[in-house]
Amino acid sequence: MAGEATKALSNDVLWGGGRSPFSISYGKMMMWFFLVSDALTFSGLLVAYGFVRHSTTEAWPIGEEVFRALPGLHGSYPLIYVALMTAILIFSSVTMVLAVEAGHRMDKKGVIKWMILTVIGGLFFVGSQAWEWKHFIHGGGGYITTAEGAKYWVMTKDHDTHDPVNAAGFHLLQATEGHYLIGDTKVEGDAARKIWEERVTYVDGANMERNEYGPPQYANFFFFITGFHGFHVFSGVVINFIVLIMAIQGVFHRRGHYEMIEKAGLYWHFVDLVWVFVFTFFYLL
Amino acid sequence: MERDDIIEYSLDAHHSEEVGRQMRRKIWMVTGLLAIVTAVEVALGAYWKEWMPDSWHLVKWTFVVLTLVKATYIVMTFMHLGDERRNIRSIILLPYALFILYLLWIALWESNYVHWVWTNLL
Repeated sequence: MAGEATKALSNDVLWGGGRSPFSISYGKMMMWFFLVSDALTFSGLLVAYGFVRHSTTEAWPIGEEVFRALPGLHGSYPLIYVALMTAILIFSSVTMVLAVEAGHRMDKKGVIKWMILTVIGGLFFVGSQAWEWKHFIHGGGGYITTAEGAKYWVMTKDHDTHDPVNAAGFHLLQATEGHYLIGDTKVEGDAARKIWEERVTYVDGANMERNEYGPPQYANFFFFITGFHGFHVFSGVVINFIVLIMAIQGVFHRRGHYEMIEKAGLYWHFVDLVWVFVFTFFYLL
Repeated sequence: MERDDIIEYSLDAHHSEEVGRQMRRKIWMVTGLLAIVTAVEVALGAYWKEWMPDSWHLVKWTFVVLTLVKATYIVMTFMHLGDERRNIRSIILLPYALFILYLLWIALWESNYVHWVWTNLL
């Protein structure tokens, strides 16, 4: 920002020690310190994810195979939904920084307009995450294992049943090691029914103990990392909404500056920043 | 309500129409860049493996680099850290970067060992 780092201030307005540390207001500096500690928490989670993934001897799920559904559509769209979520969050980060810029010009109308768009973007992201959780928990049909240790994907026409053997289009697919819902040998009709009757385990969808995608830790980290981030987005939306109401009421205009928008903005950009890393290290790698 | 912060520091962030126009142009340029990088990442993640499965390792490192590029632009432009004084920039970024590099190194090193134990000794 032009000014704040360069302008010299007279001694009688400086902090008790003679000057403000770093030529920055108290509120902004504390927000930065909070963000650093919060960033360490997220790093801890992602590094723990890396540790588990790196040390496990089981095959780890592949992001573009697990996340390839779009709401209301059939077919395979690898990572498109997650990319859409990323785009929504980046867009709402842009409207936030535009609100901050408008605040620096004391443009109350501009601040209100961009803050409304930021809140809407945040709500869209939280909603998308809710859909993704629902889809992840529900799963794509699940798998069964046999006494011989063979693994079969359970396929039906619409994947939407917990009684697949009586559903339309029921068949089994002998699983290819290390891939999700992919297999070479298709088993149909009575042969498939026989394998189904003799199944040892049936894993359908995901919970904290087991999931159809891979090792239990995979779903645990999915829930914990995206859940922790989603909670940050949710609280960010709440903060942005409160700040928006204050801007509408003219609190900041009377105060003479819109720094509160900037502080809320720092938090909001941080949420976006964390998602950039989650996107890479959880979904892409 | 009586407030005890030094308002001068908060007022310092004010700028004129002309400066605002320049800043908005910069914001939209960074937006375009972030969108393009994300699109490239998704395209690589979704389709590269089918074209050239052997070079997947290279793609992974590309992801890491592109992520750091995105993070730099978000922190420096959107969060305005690039416009703050150098000492606040260093005090935020340096200790953090050092600690995370150490944490990454120790976690990867130890996870290799744990993997080796589970593969060979159990």
